[in-house]
Amino acid sequence: MTDKPNEQSKLARPATPIRRVVNESGIEIKPLYTAEDVIATGGVDESRAGEAPFTRGIHPLMYRQRPFTMRQYTGFANAADTNKRFKYLIANGQTGLNVAFDLATQCGYDSDAPEALGEVGRVGMAIDTLRDLEIAFDGIDLDAITVSLTINGAAAILIAMYLAMAEKRGYDISKLRGTAQNDILKEFIGRGTWVFPVDPSVKLVADTIEYCAKVAPKYSPVSVCGYHIRESGATPAEEMGYAFAIAKAYTDAALARGLDIDEFAGRLSFNFNIFGNLFEQVAKFRAGRRLWAKIILDGYGAQKPESGWLRMIAGGGGFGLTIEQPENNIMRGAYYALIAALGGAQTMALCCYDEAYTIPTPKAQRLSLRTMQLLIEEIGLSDTVDPLGGSYYVESLTNQLEQKIVEAMNWVDAKGGIVKAVSDGVIQAKVSEYAFARQKALENGTLRKVGVNCYTDTDEEKPQVDLHGYDEMGAITQIEALRKMRATRNNDEVTRTLTAVRVEASTGRNVMPALMQAVKAYATVGEMTNALGDIYGRFQEPTDLWRKVA
Amino acid sequence: MTERRIKVLVAKPGLDGHDVGAKVVVQALLEAGFDVVYTGLRQTPEAIATAAAESKADVIGLSILSGAHVPLCRRIRDLLQEKGLYDKLWVVGGNIPEDDRMVLRQLGFRGVFPTGTRTDAIVSFIREYVK
Repeated sequence: MTDKPNEQSKLARPATPIRRVVNESGIEIKPLYTAEDVIATGGVDESRAGEAPFTRGIHPLMYRQRPFTMRQYTGFANAADTNKRFKYLIANGQTGLNVAFDLATQCGYDSDAPEALGEVGRVGMAIDTLRDLEIAFDGIDLDAITVSLTINGAAAILIAMYLAMAEKRGYDISKLRGTAQNDILKEFIGRGTWVFPVDPSVKLVADTIEYCAKVAPKYSPVSVCGYHIRESGATPAEEMGYAFAIAKAYTDAALARGLDIDEFAGRLSFNFNIFGNLFEQVAKFRAGRRLWAKIILDGYGAQKPESGWLRMIAGGGGFGLTIEQPENNIMRGAYYALIAALGGAQTMALCCYDEAYTIPTPKAQRLSLRTMQLLIEEIGLSDTVDPLGGSYYVESLTNQLEQKIVEAMNWVDAKGGIVKAVSDGVIQAKVSEYAFARQKALENGTLRKVGVNCYTDTDEEKPQVDLHGYDEMGAITQIEALRKMRATRNNDEVTRTLTAVRVEASTGRNVMPALMQAVKAYATVGEMTNALGDIYGRFQEPTDLWRKVA
Repeated sequence: MTERRIKVLVAKPGLDGHDVGAKVVVQALLEAGFDVVYTGLRQTPEAIATAAAESKADVIGLSILSGAHVPLCRRIRDLLQEKGLYDKLWVVGGNIPEDDRMVLRQLGFRGVFPTGTRTDAIVSFIREYVK
């Protein structure tokens, strides 16, 4: 440093105007926050973690008592190969399983259906009958490891299959834990594995909630997903607002069955995304917890505090990852994991750095797992509850995010509720318009993305990613096993149980008991889906979205 | 008399539910002044070939992110040929690894747009190839 005479004049030069910052949810960010901002936005929720409305966490001690469950999304080829990968991850310290099914299974087709061409075992494991599920979980203790099934259109069938498999292995299903994604409304908005029309689809979700409340009360039959809506084109506030609108629709459908709110609300769980601005996402989780508690405890009048818990898996971050400079995704994954931990997630999963290219390799899966383990073992994320609580910035943002989430829910209400908004396609149109705006912002550089529109590679060096091979033989083996099963099972029993599924569906009764019987008779996913489809029909997707006024 | 508007069919073959990209492209093409027909998800190769013939589209665009692009494009190529739609511009976008891009071009898909392609690049490609 010098004390040249012109130093003073340099300092006195008028500063250039500071950049205006508005986060994705539409909140203008100040360069400095103070206690006044917290007061002006509504003050601080002084309740402790574990106390309603749970802003700081649903459990009093959070990770100090029990770290988040680590549950990487896994599944490919067939049940036997997936079983090996499950065991590999468990051996590496993973504490839960998150099952990926192939698209044929997800959409309710058998592996030999013409629609399944090229898809058998490609993006997840192929499941045709209960036999496949038995192989997939062979040697895995279902009490020690909780299993999450990423299944939606065919969820009622796969839940029945999972419960039947556990029962066959001698587990008491009244004590069995686990989760099914089973959020069909978000499938119509993003992700796209719908099968039946909107109304019977919601009816099936209510069937699973009712059945599990009676028979498997520890099982979480639904995980409501803001995640995929955010991927498809929604702000963080809209992600949570739309998820709550969906969760309310399922809640209303379950209440209409005569269930008490406290019989099932505590088993509803959620799935949220973690890419984007760290502080905005953390505020989203804090605000979401508070708002959901108010909705369930105050709005629906639940008596048990745990009915108002926003239990969630926070993870993925797929949209945030890039095909360009894929190694950068390793760092992104680490920051996203930090977001999930600071946000108080019960369960975490990370998209792998190679996932924009391929089904993750074992190495990439292990890297994601190690990223999460690092947070607990080295970085201190399990030491204290809600470490960002009390920050002027985060508390102000939490208050503002809550308002924005309410606004998103009000928008849905103004469109006639979530079921109507989905049936009409207006929410799909809104989400799609946001995706287009986001793409334009990426292309014109207003939304910065390292390696994509800034700090891009000048040399043409090819990214080093090992591609997961797809084995055409795997599909052939799967189809052979399926045909052998069809030839050897008791087909009279299959016909009888499938008829019962049709009868129950046509009378409007809960189809789960009939599905349990069909599953145990080794009826196929395709046969059961067709039995339901004969009564319910199939969804016709609205394709003229951009003529709709969102 | 203004030039005839270019008509594009955007189709999602197979069971892949990733439609963010297809819907973004639809909006970019509409904004560029093209006529666009979007099929929605879950279309069989047969349904796409029929839609291509009936819509009289100049461009047949497929979007596939599940990895099943080679078997699906091969099947759709056969059906488009059967219907005599060789003179149309066939393009495909999605999660398409480097090694598969030449395979798809050899099948007759002249435009292959992997993830990360700019929408304006797709628009100018279509303008250049559709006369």
